[in-house]
Amino acid sequence: MNTMRPNMSGYGIISYAAYLPRHRLQRAELGATLGISAGRGARVAASFDEDSTTMGVEAARSVLPGRPAPQSLYFATTSPAYLDKTNASALHAALRLPRDAFAADVAGSARSGIAALRAASLAGGLAVLSDVRTGRPGSGDERDGTDGAAAFLFGDAGASVAEVLAEASVTSEFLDRWRAPGNPVGEQWEERFGLERYVPLIKDTGRRALKAADAGQADHVVLVSPNSAVRKRATTFFPARLSASGSPVGHAGAADAGLALADALDRAGPGETILLLSAVDGCDAVLLRTTERLAGARQPEPVARQLAGGRDVPYATYLTWRGWLDREPPRRPEPERPAGPPSARGEGWKFSLTGSRCDRCAFVHLPPSRVCKECGAVDAMTAVPLAGARGTVATFTVDRLAHSPSPPLVDAVVDFDGGGRCTLEIADGASDELVVGTRVEPVFRRLYTAGGVHNYFWKARTTAETGTGETGADRSQT
Amino acid sequence: MSSNGIRDRVAVVGMGCTRFGEHWDRSADDLLLDATQECFAATPALLAEEVDAYWLGTLGSGQSGMTLSRPLSLDYKPVTRVENYCATGSEAFRNACYAVASGAYDRVMAVGVEKLKDSGFSGLLRGDPPGDGTAPELSLTAPAAFSLLDPAYCTRYGVDPAAMREAMTHIAWKNHANGARNPKAQFRSAVSKEKIERAPLVAGRLGIFDCSGVSDGAACALIVRAEDAHRYTDRPMYVKGLSLVAGPARGAMDPGYDYTTFPEVVRSAADAYRQAGVTDPRTQISLAEVHDCFTPTELVLMEDLGFADRGQAWKDVLDGAFELGGRLPVNPDGGLKSFGHPVGASGLRMLYECWLQFRAEAGERQLAGPGLSLTHNLGGRPGGCVSFVSVVGPELG
Repeated sequence: MNTMRPNMSGYGIISYAAYLPRHRLQRAELGATLGISAGRGARVAASFDEDSTTMGVEAARSVLPGRPAPQSLYFATTSPAYLDKTNASALHAALRLPRDAFAADVAGSARSGIAALRAASLAGGLAVLSDVRTGRPGSGDERDGTDGAAAFLFGDAGASVAEVLAEASVTSEFLDRWRAPGNPVGEQWEERFGLERYVPLIKDTGRRALKAADAGQADHVVLVSPNSAVRKRATTFFPARLSASGSPVGHAGAADAGLALADALDRAGPGETILLLSAVDGCDAVLLRTTERLAGARQPEPVARQLAGGRDVPYATYLTWRGWLDREPPRRPEPERPAGPPSARGEGWKFSLTGSRCDRCAFVHLPPSRVCKECGAVDAMTAVPLAGARGTVATFTVDRLAHSPSPPLVDAVVDFDGGGRCTLEIADGASDELVVGTRVEPVFRRLYTAGGVHNYFWKARTTAETGTGETGADRSQT
Repeated sequence: MSSNGIRDRVAVVGMGCTRFGEHWDRSADDLLLDATQECFAATPALLAEEVDAYWLGTLGSGQSGMTLSRPLSLDYKPVTRVENYCATGSEAFRNACYAVASGAYDRVMAVGVEKLKDSGFSGLLRGDPPGDGTAPELSLTAPAAFSLLDPAYCTRYGVDPAAMREAMTHIAWKNHANGARNPKAQFRSAVSKEKIERAPLVAGRLGIFDCSGVSDGAACALIVRAEDAHRYTDRPMYVKGLSLVAGPARGAMDPGYDYTTFPEVVRSAADAYRQAGVTDPRTQISLAEVHDCFTPTELVLMEDLGFADRGQAWKDVLDGAFELGGRLPVNPDGGLKSFGHPVGASGLRMLYECWLQFRAEAGERQLAGPGLSLTHNLGGRPGGCVSFVSVVGPELG
């Protein structure tokens, strides 16, 4: 099968964002623990309470504010939190998308990322690419994989930061990377076999995309692939005027093409072309051209800066999070699974942290309440979504007795700017950074899984943003 | 809040209480029988078959009145099972008192029981209905919830955290010292302040010695009309005031709440004091059994019950005001800390200490002729709880 066409959809990327989890696994520690050579640097690791759904929410939250809500959502991953149940519907709820919006998973292989981008680009929708990549202890997937997500909102090409000039694809059936359903880790054939198959496919699609757009040479060339031999040669296939690169973070499954594109958009100037190549069971080429609107609409925190941050997670903790190390739990009962009907009735609260504000006295209730705690008014409430709000820690504690997938559990009483208080878990293990007065922001996480049901809800994460115009950098100097 | 009260209308004429602790060889049925048998044996003038009705308090050691009627083989009597979190035992007592005061019955028994040590888990277990998984109570344990009081109190009143730690340690040390003098207490040994402060952390700055004992036990009280009391005993204990409030759980969502007080306790204390004619608790109350589930709780309660000025309780604690020989002995029986906390029984256990003290049967911890006494029992956590306060006395009027 062989396709090539200039893009005629009339839609372009109007905003984009990547999300890289905060934790870093140092390869030197991994190597020392296993007695192997694991190289230098660190891999990005999702926390125990993150999965493809929560990371997807995190990336998508950044692209929506101030823009028309998309009517479709395509969620790509190789690590779906659920099968049989649509994961995109949890994103739909967390993002408060219109009720009549379409939301579907594009799950399976790393190629699903391109599929979601293509579907969203044709419909003016939202593409969310997200993955947790894991492997057996000591494997290349564990060492060189990355967890993360990227989101792209497509809209009117006339308002875009980048438009799609051309796409080209080729499909080829051969055994390079695969995983049987139920198997936690993937397999791969000898990587040089895949390399030999991929080289002509990459060259063919790249050339055709460039030719279709009469582009000659691209300003930026980005190539991603689950095949590590292809990744090593990522910069060698096509010359580029300004930059040629591979994945900015290590293979991220279905999110890989998205993270690479987000990184390219971070770096590109206006009116520059980006040739995105994704070699997965064939190859897909997408040729984009940035617009003069890019400079004013870049994601808040570039991929490179997200990558540079982070805090280390001990290898033993990482192995526990991924289920490779079965550690003694506290002597407390397992939590109950969340029940279906209450979760459905409380969708606004559970999935989008939406409370209620009294129409009469403005007291904010978290969770929403029918009766006002301040003035007693009944059924006179307006929904108040707080997922994008900032708050301040009123008091907090470290609970060493509580059942948690990664003890100890840290809880804080959070007072939101503009009203409202609730008690939330603190995400990303930052208890050492907490004081009364610490600034926090809500993040969508998976509290635990019980009875095969994931308990999604919001936690609070420390944020450098102080809400008083003071920046994190300012504070560190005082 | 308005309540008429039943001051001096009912009296306790008999009580029973098992030893609290890890009763591996005793079921809830055994504990119920042991406590009630002890009570009837000490009250020969009132036969078991003469009891008109029963109120049974248990958080989770059984459901329905049959939790009591079956093991005791009651003869088709009315038994009401009540539950109100950790104030369950007090709630059984309160409702039993009202039944007599109403004239519906002349002789009733309030019984409380909890069998906590059969679960195999540490701490209290919850039996919540199916939910959406978002309630913080589902994950955050009780010690963690009450540990929130500590940093909040230090911040609000500018108390040096080291001094606060010292006050918390003093409370644990005092209640262990008192429990050491109590043959029915779960923990019967004094513990050094060094050992308390070096204990493994449970939540926040709370170590294991800042937490009450998880235990099994049962306690009960026989209640009759005040005018009938002397038919059954020469030293009845009279009920002066009973108050229970269930909070709207506002603090948990109100940024105006600062985690240094329990509004529910303030309200229930004011109500009970008014019923009992108490205008100055510091001078009129001679003994208090309070809900010291965790050490910072007892500290905050001293202020909420009016025993100390706001922001000053930590000093009074360190000055020894609430020790056995202090100006207002608090938890002379060792409290939840050292007597143990079998939930449904605890409220009745508090009354049991007042009962013993009034009768001069408190042994090594006997106070000199105590007058009006208070019990305080709390269920829930800072931000939303139920609170019970009673005032009882050894004499009418």
